[in-house]
Amino acid sequence: MQALTREVLLDRAKALFADGTVDRAYGWKRGEFDYDVTPGLFRSVEEMEKEFVFDDFCGANFSKYLVEETRKGEGKILVFLKPCDTYSFNQLLTEHRFDREKVYAVGIPCEGMADVTKLKAEAAEGIRSITAEKEGFVVHTLYDGDKTVPRTEGLSERCLVCKSKKHVAYDELLGEDGEVADSARFDEVARLEAMNADERFAFWQRELSRCIRCNACRDVCPACTCETCVFNNPNSGVESKAPVTSFEEQMFHIIRAFHVAGRCTDCGECSRVCPQHIPLHLLNRKFIKDINAFYGEYQAGAEVGSRAPLVNYTTADLEPGEAVQRGNEHA
Amino acid sequence: MQVTEYKPKIVAFCCNWCSYAGADLAGNNRLAYPAEVKIIRVPCSCRVNPMFILRAFQRGADGVIICGCHPGDCHYTSGNYYTRRRMALLFSMLNYLGIEKERTRVEWVSAAEGAKFAATMNDFVQTVAALGENKRLEDLRCKL
Repeated sequence: MQALTREVLLDRAKALFADGTVDRAYGWKRGEFDYDVTPGLFRSVEEMEKEFVFDDFCGANFSKYLVEETRKGEGKILVFLKPCDTYSFNQLLTEHRFDREKVYAVGIPCEGMADVTKLKAEAAEGIRSITAEKEGFVVHTLYDGDKTVPRTEGLSERCLVCKSKKHVAYDELLGEDGEVADSARFDEVARLEAMNADERFAFWQRELSRCIRCNACRDVCPACTCETCVFNNPNSGVESKAPVTSFEEQMFHIIRAFHVAGRCTDCGECSRVCPQHIPLHLLNRKFIKDINAFYGEYQAGAEVGSRAPLVNYTTADLEPGEAVQRGNEHA
Repeated sequence: MQVTEYKPKIVAFCCNWCSYAGADLAGNNRLAYPAEVKIIRVPCSCRVNPMFILRAFQRGADGVIICGCHPGDCHYTSGNYYTRRRMALLFSMLNYLGIEKERTRVEWVSAAEGAKFAATMNDFVQTVAALGENKRLEDLRCKL
């Protein structure tokens, strides 16, 4: 369960609409089921009263939506930001992607968001609803009654190894601010590094060959905000992908991960939206882990204006050969 | 059918100011290095976009080597420092994805180091030849 309820957020939004601070708001919107919450733009209090939700299924990060929306209209936009969203928010500000003056950011605490796929696996069919209770997630089914899943098993992977509960950007904060966590988020990367090359190749072939090139990871990524994207190429030949485990989309994922290297805040949205459940965050985390090991600790988005490691250098940097060696020894 | 000896395909990106001149010097000095090395001249080693390397592998290269000026000697002051960071991360990533780390290399070769150029290329070709063909990153769609 989240520390704040929908009503607290809604009341604050109503007040902000009423005193004219904002004229539209980004928030989570009711979907067909209570576990398929979608991001939504609300233009009035009435719309929000009807469709705004806030519960354990509100994973979406709104930072990227601001890039386009701040260019429209004169008024300010209200946006609710969870702690991890504030890092993307800062990173976009660092890259001058939107006008800070046009945004009213309300920081809200987050207790971690559910992984719907894990919860849906509880029942093959007939899920009526899923609710977050004190004892964990309760899956209400038509045929098997209620099933309770402990909270630690129903949370998404990115929330289990949450990097920070501290907001790094906001205009006002609802509820309590947390601390930067000393998380175990690189453990999975280290486990892969400890394998030999053949095992690693087999792992990634298994994962990446499922890719259907829907581009959802790119579309959701707050670090991917180019208006003209190299992957929007009609001559790329993507549509001619053979329906076998041919692993041809690996290049897309390597390039995409490289494009966001040093700018990725590790928000985990890529893995959340992947319809094929590919652990894409493990690619980004490898870059973050390497950057930390080779060039010193760096958290993208922790402060506005910080210089990204890939547009920086020192004369004493590691040679690529040594770096590969060290990266392999899970330094 | 006659069995032909396996010859690896090697792509070498050489910077115009140091390494390409180094290759020239190797030639002038009659130092032999394998003909499997295909040199692509770039204005600076930092011109090499990571995509170029992936593209080479995708189209069937067995090894890719990038040669530039020694750190501190860059014609454009700092280009090779960026190359160094970029390639460190990219090669580490390729290794993480299960691509043999011996297939990628960065070497600093100055215009005066013809001998080093030839030695580097001989060594790299041998290393890659020992690994055999690159099957892991090739894309059959690109080889038609």
